[in-house]
Amino acid sequence: MHTKRLVKATAVLSLAALLGVACGSDAKSSSGTTPTGAGLAVDVSKCTKPTGAKVKLQLQWVTQAQFGGYYAAVDKGFYKDAGLDVQIVEGGVDIPPQKTLASGAVDFAISWVPKALAEREAGAKVTDIAQIFQRSGTLQVSFKAKNITSAKDFKGKKIGNWGFGNEYEIFAALSKDGLDPAKDVTLLAQNFDMNGLLSGDIDAAEAMTYNEYAQVLEAKNTATGALYTPADLNVVSYEKEGVGMLQDAIWADQTRLADPAYCGEAIAFVKASLKGWAFCRDNAQGCRDIVVSKGSKLGATHQLWQMNEINKLIWPSTIGVGVIDQAAWDRTAKIASETKNLDGKTVLTKAPDPESYTNDIVNEAIKQLKAENIDVNGASFAPLTVTLTEGGA
Amino acid sequence: MSARVRKLVMFPVAFAFVAAAWEGYKAIGPANGGRLLGMRLLPRTNSRTMPHVWEMVSRLGRPEVRGGKQTILSVVTAATWYSFRVAFTAFVIGAVLGVAVAVLMARFRLVERGLMPYLIMSQTVPIIVLGPLIIGLMAYGSRDLVSKTWIAATLLGVFLAFFPVAVATLRGLQSTPPASMELMDSLASPWWRTLSKLRFPAAVPFIAPSLRIAGASAVVGVVVAEISLGIRAGVGRLILSYGQEATSDPPKLYTAVFGAAALGLVMALVVAVIDRQMMRRHPPEGV
Repeated sequence: MHTKRLVKATAVLSLAALLGVACGSDAKSSSGTTPTGAGLAVDVSKCTKPTGAKVKLQLQWVTQAQFGGYYAAVDKGFYKDAGLDVQIVEGGVDIPPQKTLASGAVDFAISWVPKALAEREAGAKVTDIAQIFQRSGTLQVSFKAKNITSAKDFKGKKIGNWGFGNEYEIFAALSKDGLDPAKDVTLLAQNFDMNGLLSGDIDAAEAMTYNEYAQVLEAKNTATGALYTPADLNVVSYEKEGVGMLQDAIWADQTRLADPAYCGEAIAFVKASLKGWAFCRDNAQGCRDIVVSKGSKLGATHQLWQMNEINKLIWPSTIGVGVIDQAAWDRTAKIASETKNLDGKTVLTKAPDPESYTNDIVNEAIKQLKAENIDVNGASFAPLTVTLTEGGA
Repeated sequence: MSARVRKLVMFPVAFAFVAAAWEGYKAIGPANGGRLLGMRLLPRTNSRTMPHVWEMVSRLGRPEVRGGKQTILSVVTAATWYSFRVAFTAFVIGAVLGVAVAVLMARFRLVERGLMPYLIMSQTVPIIVLGPLIIGLMAYGSRDLVSKTWIAATLLGVFLAFFPVAVATLRGLQSTPPASMELMDSLASPWWRTLSKLRFPAAVPFIAPSLRIAGASAVVGVVVAEISLGIRAGVGRLILSYGQEATSDPPKLYTAVFGAAALGLVMALVVAVIDRQMMRRHPPEGV
């Protein structure tokens, strides 16, 4: 009985994939404009302005400041002003947003670029329409005594990593420095907490600037009875190492982008989301309060830290917020298709196709934002100094 | 002391025993863990891994987040109550489905032959694989279902709960003494009357214990689905959220684990009551 259902599901899925391919080529031929640079060409002049369209956004995790801009856009009515009625759907451990998007259950999804590209290679026609985080927030954190200040120092050390496709920046950094991941370092599977680092099982632990790194700073050093401070730690940033991969981006269904109504919704959605992120840049505390009021379980100072670190991944943006930087995109694609993990696997088997992203929608959104006098570069952005408390409360 | 009073006393005593064992090991065990037979077997006893029992209990009384109005206790209780309702729904549907499938299999030998391998196979599929699949299938049904992840949790609970009931009921239905069957046959009793008057009552001693397994399975299915699918209101989600803070606030994670344990206990209690009601007409000396 169950197998039958599986077979049916597979049939439906492959049919959807086929349709996707068909519509995909359709979209290309009907748009008819010469592409500006690489990427999928979307003729924004054909897109129609939405009026009260119901739209769903799939997040890649539960409510937290990482998604502050979208919550702010709901709370401050930016989506409503843009003609959208947005419902935010939280993610979970086993809910890949790009998959939900491809299934048609939601209209837009937030996902890391390598993961979404892998899904795209598997047949899901998802397209990056706005690169919210233009920098990578991944770190390798270690105690000062271990003397690990760059990826070169990983040699001979126990390096923690989350696996599941989160390990490729580490591998790229290792091979950049001529280290063999199989022989020169000991790679250890790491939980999504930092206990491995604190207990000494791991020399350098993988951490996001906005989450796990803060957790260390919220924990008590049992030897001194005081909280750990940044002075106790060394941090290797993959962005600074030059192997950062692009993370949170807004993804749309490529097969639907030729539909004037949907591409109009896409423009409106990106525009209002960027407006939300601009609000969070200028009102980190206010934005944190919105996230907390939407039911985040993390403590208030932890959320403010997260908001601040997220802002640093977005602002300042010299090329314009949300715009996909060609060099960063190419680097991400190159690492994703060339760097092998321990099993000899790469994220992608070949370079992603040009339709994997488009700047046409975000450029149109930025044009509209500029007309409203919204600062889309944040050149004067100055991060806060957030003091963490025990337990992040 | 009557049996009932003894049970009531034993309950807290058992709790105290677990707490004492925890604290005892914490007192003598190696702070940074240890090796046994060359393997890392001994758990760490430091406060990050094994907080004191009183730290965990007192954490229940403090606010979930500093400055917040709700205490952890009220948050965990609300989440556990939510999960219990989902798990109990799953248990009831699963039990009814299990009995129905078993009756069908007992009636038609062909159905039993054809269905049994699939039933067994179905239980070997890891439920974390099924969660996203169910969500995906629901999405094809209606876009509005996507955010109703509790439906997926219920389905997973049903999926795990129906199996033990189906197998045990089938076994029970097939265990009717042949002499009694022959008697019913000789009286020209129709199939369904034999079922309701003889075979089903005879199967009850098999069904009742299987319900206990089904109750536990429903809880597992629902909590795992809540973790896997990030379902907002349940206790599984609390384990996920508090687990993220395990580094900086270790007792917090255990409060969610308490909730999950309480969920299992309440379910066991409810099923025990159902069990007792069902077995009232079956004196222990035999059917």
